[in-house]
Amino acid sequence: MSRVAIMMFAALILLGARPDPASAQSARPVSDDVVHEIAAQLRCVVCQNLAVADSPSEMASQMRAIIRERLAAGESPAEVQRYFVDRYGEWILLAPPRRGFNLLVWLLPLVAVAVGLVTAGALVWRWTHRRHGVRTPPVAVDPAMSERIRRELERGS
Amino acid sequence: MKRFWRWLIPLAAVPVLALLAYGFRVSPRDIPSPLVGRPAPAFALATLEGAPLSLAGHRGNIVVLNFWASWCYPACYEEAPVLERNWRGYRDRGVVVVGVAIQDKREAAEKFVGDFGLTFPIAQDLKGTVSVDYGVYGVPETFFLDRQGRIRVKHVGAVTDDVFRKTVDRLLAEAGSP
Repeated sequence: MSRVAIMMFAALILLGARPDPASAQSARPVSDDVVHEIAAQLRCVVCQNLAVADSPSEMASQMRAIIRERLAAGESPAEVQRYFVDRYGEWILLAPPRRGFNLLVWLLPLVAVAVGLVTAGALVWRWTHRRHGVRTPPVAVDPAMSERIRRELERGS
Repeated sequence: MKRFWRWLIPLAAVPVLALLAYGFRVSPRDIPSPLVGRPAPAFALATLEGAPLSLAGHRGNIVVLNFWASWCYPACYEEAPVLERNWRGYRDRGVVVVGVAIQDKREAAEKFVGDFGLTFPIAQDLKGTVSVDYGVYGVPETFFLDRQGRIRVKHVGAVTDDVFRKTVDRLLAEAGSP
């Protein structure tokens, strides 16, 4: 969401070109996109893995209304997010903040991919380079088995 | 070297299994509330009859704040008689039960109150602001507030006689009792 677009929306609302009953009553015009942007980062508390922005549930629509009200009252998007985190904990954020223990979530996949690539590369190198030079050691077969193989072969011929 | 490689793959699975073992033991419903220990958010709602109901009106009492809904079956139906019974049993000792109906239709909430003969004050949180102020995920959820108005215990799921009595008795026994 670009800043220019937000400003354009704000300008449209200010000009009354986009009548919105909710923002008409509020102290400050609030763009739907800013509300959506905040709601998209919040977990819908009554759903499974759905953002407040995407959930049709009543709780989510009430939360969107609360986001709009707080923005209209002059809070910044960061303050609105803080309000929800204060009450629900960091759990409410769909993306865990990149610090402390949470870094594990962000770094572990990268580490796993790196380890996988190195392992695959090493194995491919080994397989492609073994053919020449490295001789495979003779397979140890006990005398009874080699005797049996010899007999079976003779019978077959 | 070869022996090392043979063990590497099963060994690599160990941290993954440990993580899963930990993860599956943790209930996704038991998310610790950051509000426990903090002052309870103030609210001013209206009862189903339209009378004002605010938290400030119960200052100095132990408040059992119960979020419920008439569509929350069976948990809310299980705990309604428990709340009513204990409200009657404790009301003379400075304990007040306050119900907050969330995401509910007024008629349905009234029918629920009538069916269970609930006599403690019940408000309706029409806009969901109080629910979010208390970080409510679903219903039923019950907050036990001490005399100083701090949230001391958050109980998720139906309140039982045992939970109610143990929690309220503990708060009653604390310093500051009259």
